[in-house]
Amino acid sequence: MEKKAFSELAKKIEAKEFVFTGELEPHRSIDLTEVKEWATTLKEIGKIIAANVTDNPRSDSAISSLVAAYLIQRDTGLECVYQLRVTDRNRLALVSDILGAGALGLKNILALAGDHTRVGTTPKAKPVFDLDSANLIDLIHRMVYEGKDLDGNEIHGPRPEINVGTAGGIMAEPLEMEVFKLKRKAKVGADFIQTQAVFDVNLAVRYLKAVKEVGIPTLIGIFPPRSYAQAEFFGKFVPGVIVPKEFMDDFKKMSEITDKAVRKEKIKEYNVNYFVDFIKEVRKEGAAGCHIMAVGYPDPIAPIIEGVIGK
Amino acid sequence: MIITKEKPIEEIYGFLEPFGSVLVVGCDSCTQPPRGLREAETYASLMEMAARVKGKEIKCEAITVVRQCCSEGVKEWIKPDGHEVILSMACGIGVQVLNEVFPEIPAFPAQNTVFVGWEEKREGIMYENCRACGDCLLGETGGICPRTRCAKGMMNGPCGGCIDGKCEIPVQLRNWRGEVVEEIKQDCGWYLIFNRLKAMKRLDLFEKYREPTDYSIWTNPRRI
Repeated sequence: MEKKAFSELAKKIEAKEFVFTGELEPHRSIDLTEVKEWATTLKEIGKIIAANVTDNPRSDSAISSLVAAYLIQRDTGLECVYQLRVTDRNRLALVSDILGAGALGLKNILALAGDHTRVGTTPKAKPVFDLDSANLIDLIHRMVYEGKDLDGNEIHGPRPEINVGTAGGIMAEPLEMEVFKLKRKAKVGADFIQTQAVFDVNLAVRYLKAVKEVGIPTLIGIFPPRSYAQAEFFGKFVPGVIVPKEFMDDFKKMSEITDKAVRKEKIKEYNVNYFVDFIKEVRKEGAAGCHIMAVGYPDPIAPIIEGVIGK
Repeated sequence: MIITKEKPIEEIYGFLEPFGSVLVVGCDSCTQPPRGLREAETYASLMEMAARVKGKEIKCEAITVVRQCCSEGVKEWIKPDGHEVILSMACGIGVQVLNEVFPEIPAFPAQNTVFVGWEEKREGIMYENCRACGDCLLGETGGICPRTRCAKGMMNGPCGGCIDGKCEIPVQLRNWRGEVVEEIKQDCGWYLIFNRLKAMKRLDLFEKYREPTDYSIWTNPRRI
């Protein structure tokens, strides 16, 4: 299986550097000001190599992630991981968008199945699913390395230079099933895995041990919450995410601090301590990096990264 | 009316090769061309011949039933004891019913189900389970169809929406007017496939990467 590192992210992973990626979530709007500000913040932290640009997350319609990823990367200099889901596009449209991404200088795609249309804001939409996420990885790999689409039609001129990632189901049960899934994706050319958010380090370690044999570099997803309400939301409403009881109890205690500034500082400190230990542990277990999903909550990010890899 | 087309002999023989004793089950119901006793007997001989050509031996017994799409009937009509494997001459529904009713004995499809005609029937809940895709995968997926039992029709599932073995999308139970009367949590099709293949010691089939579905045969309007 031919593989090259085209993106900064893939190059750093290849060089065995422990990498950090962030997350950007453009909305149903043509105004990207806020998202670009967050991208600039991430860029200024210095150690965030790239950031994912979400594609109709939870099947809520939003601005094209291709366009958003391009504009963000152009205007902020932060490398983007263009998220692309098969829920909304057939293989023709996917080829068009992958070529578009190549022409616009995007170097990473996260290939996703995507949430079903029935869960989102447009439940009457026809879900496409012409391909699934493994087929999309296959398509991208063939376009990049063979210059052909799935039907063997040739790309004229230079090929897109793109590394492709896949989502990791850290809570998949049984994990054995997840390992088989990832083996298929490895077979068709997945370059890296980014997992969903996990709070319990034991679960992250269990996952890393299980997927080790697949051999795809894995970035563990974390989500430092800014408040008790946010932690609670994760535990209660995000399918498949378990927030440990001690973590919730500690956040509950901190939420009772009346002075806002003190509370904020305490929560930040807690997040830093908790996630520095967490990341050190997953790093020991062979994780290639961490995907930090705290959108719009920059306070703990720099100290967490410094706590792990120094200034 | 359900139209089926024979799978290539090599593909069918590939399903049966690891086994010694085969029960070939015809279906006298709506499948067209007919896939009853005569056709079951023909396939029984063909499979024995295919084995002999390869220097092997399998024993095939041919029977038929009134229809394979009824769990209750199948339980009563078919006694598969003494056979290691079933070859179903019926449509994709029949294959899935046999796998469900006799979990100890894998049932494989001899047909690609290519077309389901209109048939007016209102007898309790009906499960779709076969969409006559014309490229039957049941032989590789433990007799459980991913195209109809996965909400996303994934070829390489499950997706991240499989939580505790259940699909994040509840199935909508509709009345005869087409109105939703109930939403029911359903099993994730790929989770079922995983467990079934594990029980069959065929997780190699789960690990296999599958190419996308060929949708060119679904172009409307269709005629046979």
